[in-house]
Amino acid sequence: MRIALFITCFNDTMFPGTGKAVVRLLERLGHTVDFPQAQVCCGQMHFNTGYRREAVPLARRFAEVFGHCEAVVTPSGSCAAMVRDHHRVLDPGLSSPPVYELSELLVDVLGITDVGAWFPHRVTYHPTCHSMRMLRVGDRPLRLLRAVRGIDVVELPAAEACCGFGGTFALKNPDTSNAILADKVHHVRATGAEVLCAGDNSCLMHIGGTLSRMRTGIATRHLAEILAATEEDAHEHPS
Amino acid sequence: MNTPHDSVVWLGVPAFPEAARSALADTRLRANLRKATGTIREKRLAATGELDDWEELRAAGAAIKRRVLRHLDRYLEQLEESVLRAGGTVHWAADAAEANRIVTGLVTATGEREVVKVKSMATQEIGLNEALAAAGISACETDLAELIVQLAGDRPSHILVPAIHRGRAEIRELFRRRMGDRGRPAPHGLSDDPADLAEAARLHLRDKFLRAKVAVSGANFACADTGTIGVVESEGNGRMCLTLPDTLITVMGIEKVLPSFADLEVFLQLLPRSSTGERMNPYTSMWTGPVAGDGPRSFHLVLLDNGRTATLSDPVGRQALACIRCSACLNVCPVYERTGGHAYGSVYPGPIGAVLTPQLMGVGQASSLPFASTLCGACYDACPVKIDIPEVLVHLRAAEVDAGRGVLPKPEALAMKAAAGLLGSPRRLAAAQRAVAMTGRVLARRGSIGRLPGPLARWSATRDTPAPPPESFRAWWRRTHTGTSAAEADR
Repeated sequence: MRIALFITCFNDTMFPGTGKAVVRLLERLGHTVDFPQAQVCCGQMHFNTGYRREAVPLARRFAEVFGHCEAVVTPSGSCAAMVRDHHRVLDPGLSSPPVYELSELLVDVLGITDVGAWFPHRVTYHPTCHSMRMLRVGDRPLRLLRAVRGIDVVELPAAEACCGFGGTFALKNPDTSNAILADKVHHVRATGAEVLCAGDNSCLMHIGGTLSRMRTGIATRHLAEILAATEEDAHEHPS
Repeated sequence: MNTPHDSVVWLGVPAFPEAARSALADTRLRANLRKATGTIREKRLAATGELDDWEELRAAGAAIKRRVLRHLDRYLEQLEESVLRAGGTVHWAADAAEANRIVTGLVTATGEREVVKVKSMATQEIGLNEALAAAGISACETDLAELIVQLAGDRPSHILVPAIHRGRAEIRELFRRRMGDRGRPAPHGLSDDPADLAEAARLHLRDKFLRAKVAVSGANFACADTGTIGVVESEGNGRMCLTLPDTLITVMGIEKVLPSFADLEVFLQLLPRSSTGERMNPYTSMWTGPVAGDGPRSFHLVLLDNGRTATLSDPVGRQALACIRCSACLNVCPVYERTGGHAYGSVYPGPIGAVLTPQLMGVGQASSLPFASTLCGACYDACPVKIDIPEVLVHLRAAEVDAGRGVLPKPEALAMKAAAGLLGSPRRLAAAQRAVAMTGRVLARRGSIGRLPGPLARWSATRDTPAPPPESFRAWWRRTHTGTSAAEADR
């Protein structure tokens, strides 16, 4: 299958490793990945902060760049939800291609849960709010993780509770954001996991920022990076 | 004297981020909230999860409320006719001041100086107790938690559990020191055992019930077809107020009307399961006008607008008027669970308050509230009438931002405009990425950045930030898949 990658501006700039992992994973599964280079931001930050006027050209741009694609994959639950649910609020005339968050593409479109990955670590999974409540990805990411060889997936207490990121909320309400984050960090530590996994690097950067500041030694990994990891290339792409 | 909406919000309360900061530092508040919201969340999940048709019930509740809002004028006139037919009197109040004038006038006409009150959001919204006090009438709250709030001279912090911020030792002290000022004092040697506290309140209130000639209530529902008014409560104190006095005055927001008595089938299932996590509500009182020889001899219904028709004119925002005040959204909200209700500075706290308060007040008021949410969506999932609170929050944020356009732009607006420019063009984005990578290299120590400049310091105060990678994804793709370097491709 020919799959277009919507990397998202945030991953593009801060977490290129996640994008490379998506490419490696899908190519390993025998698919062709396109990266339309005219792609930009989906406008989520502007839309959610009230700057709709600024988000409109971004939504139109997305439709122009990806409109013709058979399937679009993105390693971000919240950007997928933005494109799928909110672009039509910005411009009701926009026609969107089918956009899938990574776990949806793998499980629903490609019909696969065992992607042949190897990741010999204790991992806990945080189901980010927009993946869970807007996209309704359900247990797809966990099914994919549980099929990874060598992995020890441990349940995160109060997993469905928000991590307190909320985009610009973290800057507008820093104290409240931190109070929510403190409980999430507490639960992550309680699992004894070495790695915290999620389908959105923005939430991971928020939780991971405090995990790092507190010197917990717990790493954060995007789902794509765990699913892309294999025994063979562990050397080449150490986790 | 009240100006139209000045009681919905509490004057002098700072914007949410500042108010939240002090609330977050209150150890007892945090512990109370964690325990109370955690318990009620579990109960609600059990009570809603056991019904096979819970989702259908929600859909039915949402559909009925949508119909009410679509034909509000018609249902209100029908309700008025039905109440008149049943022997009641109907008053229309455009705003808080008018509602207070009507109620004060009705009480004064009875010659009484004391009223007992059933817990009511609408009367809090209009600041009725203060208006009555100004006319020399004392109002006694009879809901246990409202009584606690009233004795403390405090403000409610939860729609359903107004004293959620108080611990039982505090309540014991309050009862010992203050109950005597307002009637029967607390028994000697009062302990902080919940049963003892409840008994003290029972004795204090019983005196009031037996003496009261006038009661004031709110309403959970009003059936347009029969003129039946319903109040749902847990203690039976409301039932006392609704049955013992001679005069009953009910203040009700106009959106509370239901088309028919049969609709109660849906709401009497949705409300208790969503609010207290109970299958059935303990005390459900319904009355259809006054009845000779039983209960109040005169009944007045005050229909309150106070910003509701203005809210109704907004096609997205109007769904907030479907709220049945169950407070499920408060109990599941990650923000409310940490800050409690006072930080919202409004009679209506939590997610529903964040969408209702600014709308009842008008754009430009309570402007920090739509931003007091992570948009996690837990409120929408919990709402028994499917109010898409995140949708309304984002809608109100846009209204707030648009209202600020044209005047001197704030730094945030300038940053957002600049960001939209950078993020809207692949060439500018790539250039910005190279700048970010370069700055990152300067700021980073061992792969992460400790302190960020400017407003980003709010982020970096508690979080490390990974150093931006030397090469963006698009630069990597160009290099590995197209054979051009980023700099070349950008030209």
